[in-house]
Amino acid sequence: MANFYDTLAPAVAELIQDGDSVALEGFTHLIPSAVGHELIRQGRQHLTLIRLTPDIIYDQLIGMGAADRLVFSWGGNPGVGSLHRFRDAVERGWPHPLEIEEHSHVGLANAYVAGASGLPFGLFRGYIGGELVRRGHMVPLRSPFTDEELIAVPAVRPDVTAIHAQQADRDGNVMLWGMTGIHKEAVLAARRTLVTVEEVVDRFEPRHNSMVLPGWVINAIVEVPRGAHPSYALGYDRRDNDFYRAWDAISRDREQFQSWMRMHVLDTRDHAEYLDSIGVGSPLAGTAR
Amino acid sequence: MRTDTHTPEEMMTIAAARRLRDHQVVFVGIGLPSLAAILAQHMHAPNLQIIYESGTIGAHPEKLPLSIGDGEIAETADVVVSVPEIFNYWLQAGRIEVGFLGAAQIDRHANINTTVIGDYDHPQVRLPGAGGAPEIASSAQEVIIVLRHSLRAFVDKLDFTTTPGHLADGGSRSELGLSGAGPSLVITDLGLLEPDPERNELVLTSLNPGVDLAEVQAHTGWDLQVRSPLPVTPPPTAEELATLRRLQASKA
Repeated sequence: MANFYDTLAPAVAELIQDGDSVALEGFTHLIPSAVGHELIRQGRQHLTLIRLTPDIIYDQLIGMGAADRLVFSWGGNPGVGSLHRFRDAVERGWPHPLEIEEHSHVGLANAYVAGASGLPFGLFRGYIGGELVRRGHMVPLRSPFTDEELIAVPAVRPDVTAIHAQQADRDGNVMLWGMTGIHKEAVLAARRTLVTVEEVVDRFEPRHNSMVLPGWVINAIVEVPRGAHPSYALGYDRRDNDFYRAWDAISRDREQFQSWMRMHVLDTRDHAEYLDSIGVGSPLAGTAR
Repeated sequence: MRTDTHTPEEMMTIAAARRLRDHQVVFVGIGLPSLAAILAQHMHAPNLQIIYESGTIGAHPEKLPLSIGDGEIAETADVVVSVPEIFNYWLQAGRIEVGFLGAAQIDRHANINTTVIGDYDHPQVRLPGAGGAPEIASSAQEVIIVLRHSLRAFVDKLDFTTTPGHLADGGSRSELGLSGAGPSLVITDLGLLEPDPERNELVLTSLNPGVDLAEVQAHTGWDLQVRSPLPVTPPPTAEELATLRRLQASKA
């Protein structure tokens, strides 16, 4: 049964410990950025970060030294270019070396499916003719029914998955719509789960392309408006593309990155102060279109 | 390098859009592939089925998205499915007709690197990685690649093989069990390249307007095969240019 928290800090403190494997999932939409910032404020270390598409929030966690290891399938600033803090960690070991475990999207997606299904491995057709298969933990496996060679990838079971979603109801059920990415699989694969939502509502309305996660698979729910910024929650706000573009310059230089993080994350108390500090207002509750 | 009427980049995008037919099912990455597909949809292919790895099927963006995650793509799609579903049910099962990819490095057999420049364990440049590309290239019935033509990109030997093209010599795709036919066309800002059916090596088959052959050869890291006679790519029409520029002005 989901517990509602008034603020994010105690939920993060209770659910996520140093050394945990953590999936802050979000396939460009509904990314739990506020959770990532709170991990940085609380000084979490030695995390294994898991995500198909590490973007700005993982760049920030890596640059602040919170992660020892990254499990991923595409690490860039979508539509803009490089993740400079990720690159600095891999290319030059700054602020410390980052171990990487690399997949294709298909591979990591099926590793989550296996985790969610309680299976030891996922099975798919992939990696043929490329070198990635030799860099991961994937194993070729012949189909017992045909001659075809497939790929087995070990299940991903994060200690904690955090996601952002549009709404929770008062019973702790969570509703999301639009690009739901790999949210369901990441939640069901995890041992503990934390969900931030735009809004807690009395009743869900039917929505196109929506899904509901029952409250009994979720440990903690916190209302954090614009908790995905610079990603977004469809129906509440828009992807802050200007911020994604601006991040390229902010993150290029180590000192500039550190001073930005100090000003906007370490020296802000919570997500509302973070949004104020970068000049993005919190939306009013009840703005879902 | 700019002709009187259009840039090499515009020619590249328009050449890519022309290649897509109405009603085709195309899986596109963000950037040039996405732009070319949306351009085709706004011109000769209004029923082009554009699929993004973010799970959107049948997107009809009016404005140009910055990322595969922009709300514009979800809101204009026929349906949005999960990431495992888009890859397993739609791509892996063979429902994609054209896979449309970019690349950081490409070799003469149209194999692609998007992983690292330099050594994998000590890279000079860490690139974003595979994303959906390896399986798009394996499972799509046909693959089109679009990238800028430079010596850094057109290399004799890839630093890392992320995504298979035609591997080494003819026949090896099917021997390995790759279900799709592989790259059929490489579109650059200088011209078009297609694999020779016997050797599966890229051949320059068209030169973009205002480009000379020596320039293409100087930007290619191997001894490039050239079709003879070598045609010139038809230049952009006024309508193609106007539509492309209107789309680019709408970028989110």
